[in-house]
Amino acid sequence: MAPPKNAPKPGRTLLALFAIMVVLAGLAVWQGQTKPKLGLDLAGGTTVTLTAKTANGKNPPANQMNQAVKIMTKRVNGLGVSDAEVAKQGSNNIVVNVPGEGQGRVVNLIGTTAKLQFRQVFAVADGKPSSGAVPAPSPSPSKGTGEKKDGGKSPSPSVSASPSGSASPSASSTPRGRALSGALTAPTPKPSGSAAPSSTPSASSPLGQPSGQPTAPTQDYPGVTDKAVISQFEALNCYGGDRRAPGSNDPNRKFVAACDQDEESGQAAKYILGPVRVLGENVSSATAMPPNAQQGQASWSVSLKFDGTGARQFGEVTTAASQAYQQNPSSPQAQVAIVLDGQVVSAPSIREGAITGGTASIDGPPDSFDQQYATDLANVLKYGALPLEFKQSSIDEVSSTLGSDQLTGGLIAGAIGLGLVVLYCLFYYRGLGLVAVSSLVVASVITYEAVVILGEGMGFRLSLPHIIGLIVSIGITADSFIVYFERLRDELRAGRKLRSSVENAWKRARRTILVADAVTFLAALVLYFLAVGGVAGFAFAMGLTTLIDVIVVFFFTKPMVALLARTNFFGRGHPMSGLDPRRLHKAQDTSAPAARTTSQEA
Amino acid sequence: MGTRAAISRIYRGEISADIVGRPKIWYTISGLLLALSIAGLLVQGLNFGVEFKGGSVFTFKAPSASIEQVRGAVGDGGAHQVIVQKAGGDWRVTTESLSSDQVTEVKTSVAKELTVPADKVSTQVVGASWGGEIQKKAWQALLVFMILIIAYLSVAFEWRMAVAAVVALVHDLVITAGIYAWSGFEVTPATLLGFLTILGYSLYDAVVVFDMIKEVTKPLGPTSKMTYSEAANQALSSTLVRSLNTSLVAILPVGAILFIGTTLFGAGTLKDLSLALFVGMIVGTYSSICVATPLLVQFKEREPKFKQLRQNIARREQSAKRASKAKVRAGAGASAASAEGDPSDDDAGEDAEHGTPEIRSTVTVRKVVQSGSRQQPKRGSRQQRRGGR
Repeated sequence: MAPPKNAPKPGRTLLALFAIMVVLAGLAVWQGQTKPKLGLDLAGGTTVTLTAKTANGKNPPANQMNQAVKIMTKRVNGLGVSDAEVAKQGSNNIVVNVPGEGQGRVVNLIGTTAKLQFRQVFAVADGKPSSGAVPAPSPSPSKGTGEKKDGGKSPSPSVSASPSGSASPSASSTPRGRALSGALTAPTPKPSGSAAPSSTPSASSPLGQPSGQPTAPTQDYPGVTDKAVISQFEALNCYGGDRRAPGSNDPNRKFVAACDQDEESGQAAKYILGPVRVLGENVSSATAMPPNAQQGQASWSVSLKFDGTGARQFGEVTTAASQAYQQNPSSPQAQVAIVLDGQVVSAPSIREGAITGGTASIDGPPDSFDQQYATDLANVLKYGALPLEFKQSSIDEVSSTLGSDQLTGGLIAGAIGLGLVVLYCLFYYRGLGLVAVSSLVVASVITYEAVVILGEGMGFRLSLPHIIGLIVSIGITADSFIVYFERLRDELRAGRKLRSSVENAWKRARRTILVADAVTFLAALVLYFLAVGGVAGFAFAMGLTTLIDVIVVFFFTKPMVALLARTNFFGRGHPMSGLDPRRLHKAQDTSAPAARTTSQEA
Repeated sequence: MGTRAAISRIYRGEISADIVGRPKIWYTISGLLLALSIAGLLVQGLNFGVEFKGGSVFTFKAPSASIEQVRGAVGDGGAHQVIVQKAGGDWRVTTESLSSDQVTEVKTSVAKELTVPADKVSTQVVGASWGGEIQKKAWQALLVFMILIIAYLSVAFEWRMAVAAVVALVHDLVITAGIYAWSGFEVTPATLLGFLTILGYSLYDAVVVFDMIKEVTKPLGPTSKMTYSEAANQALSSTLVRSLNTSLVAILPVGAILFIGTTLFGAGTLKDLSLALFVGMIVGTYSSICVATPLLVQFKEREPKFKQLRQNIARREQSAKRASKAKVRAGAGASAASAEGDPSDDDAGEDAEHGTPEIRSTVTVRKVVQSGSRQQPKRGSRQQRRGGR
């Protein structure tokens, strides 16, 4: 009974499949998860109520609220496949339901205003009030923005605009005519193979030395025409507390004073910034980029692309800054500040000449500018600035909206339904029905494992519709077996031997199964990428079951049938095997379509 | 006896019906259903749930109440779509948009049944969370999907099949939506997901049938003895068992969920989703057999190649009839013999047309072999073999 050399080895395939299943189970256990994560309707989650802040305390315009809802929906959906809900409540509240407990990061992300501006720098100083009457720089790390995951670290990112090709000279010997700005424009220590004119308020700078800075009270700042801003700038304290100087977020003001977004190594600078040159609206896309060691980048970064207007405006501002750099490398006007929500994220000096390619990138120290920070920042920038400022008026952990009875009901009903499927398969296909049933079991197990693992990896959370979708898909999965079994029976009806029929029928059924599954998978793919919210999660589940269907049919059902065909029970066509040739034929009935075709084609 | 015979015929995969030959019946049925559905959508409209339209939110404290009690109390106040959520010690209940009178009623009902002071029940209006953006995106996705699917099926099969499959798909979606409109069932996000599943299922079913049709009609050439319609019908017959089995297997769990959902829980996600699936799957199975295939056949029969084939066969039949009439006139004995041998006009004509007696005799021999006498001895011999052991 030894099979020929080049015949498929069903035993090995089966073993491989079981090995995969065991590995998946191990992966799930290793992740510390043995149950799938449940969605908002089944397990509850976090509800945040955001209230719009307006200057005059009146209700904000309805269209701005609607736009804010839209943007928040996009931001929430940008995080993964878990379906969150964003709804307007009353005239000035937005309610956001996020599945899962303790979603602090998500809550902070959706409410972030994120007004991005690019402004030319006019003056730089250490972040202490110039009067000197203030206590020494508070060493306590500030958590002022609340946007960071951990306040202790200080991401003070730098921008590296990347004009292609040109190597960065960034000679370190910048003449320090003025200690402060010189320090700020000091090149970063990184090897910078990237063409990046980049600078960080660097740790090695003499910036923080409190004494010895000749801080003349009303110094003249070249180019700055707004006296109010100068005195505001001089009084500004960037250590601790709220770092947002009043008015610093207002795009209409010609000059503003602003702080660094965070301290780095205990240092924070303050700036006088010129008019807005590029607005966040002109950013057409923002992508989080992983560290690129080849270009000497150690941290994650956010790469920005400007639209046409943005690219032109960015070109203009970098031209101006670059000219200032040519005249005096230590001039503050050589720097272009990236201002996010009224705080300076970074202010690199432009050494390489104008950047006209319409792209720029933001990066920072690797310890704080990690994947999550970069992704969140990219999301906020990509999905636009909120037209209003919001404050969080309440954060609650909420229960599920459905109650567990619906879930139990759904599961019981699903079990009954699948039970009926099993009975029908056994009744109709007899012995082959066992193959169908065990295929269903294998499909269920793999689906369960996949959902558990993806719950951890992609934030995929099962809501009730998903569960029903999965139950139903498993039912539909049975179709692949049916297609194969019917082909097999066709072959037998045509009078072929079982062993050869198994392969012949498989060749014909395989194509059908693949074409049909490809259609379903295409549907899932389109819906996943184009639709938002719950639809994306559902499409994800649909695509998943389709893939599992293909895996099960190829690696379980077919080898199983091939293996069973070698046994006496199936091979000889026992009446209970479902492959009994005598039951499949009916000799006196000659109008059997299958028989007729074969002889006519022959 | 009749049913048993039918069942065993199904078991052997032997049912055949002339489905393709009578497209007008199916088009009439589908046309009526579509007209009804569209009328329903226009006249009645869909009953959108809170998630689409927004609604009223009631917030109150009732620490000792259970989720069912709260649901009951709000429901008794006249709200239909009740979503209950617990946030800390507060209950948050979302219902459809209520008028101020209805709001008062709900408040009174909550106050009475849960012993909460009526003035401690706060109400607010909540906007749609599945707002315009999501719906717009969904339509976009649907459109892109249709284009891609037509492109894919045109490559994998041919454009006629792609068009027929997509027409059947739209047919299914419209009829399911129509049933929702007329029955007044709520359209929730869960329902929408049900529609999306139908989308995949409907196409899957059509693709399996088309794959078979493609296989059967491949060898058709100008001298074939079957028209495209006949071949397609034969393909349909041989996949009919599969279609029925698949549908049954897919519909069983959905039916169970629908049954439990309606009897145990009344309104809710279970019912919303399973009803859409249940209706959609039945319509989907029907349409891939009775709409997509006849449509495809009508497209194909317009192709010159198959038009030619049809004419060839018709000509052969014509001349066969003429020939047999001539035969009848010529001699009674001969005609009686041929009639007894083969009742079918078609085959008799075949013999008569190819005038040479050799061919005629070979064909006749094959006929005899087919009609059982070959099978009979073969079967006997197998039994003999078995008996021998």
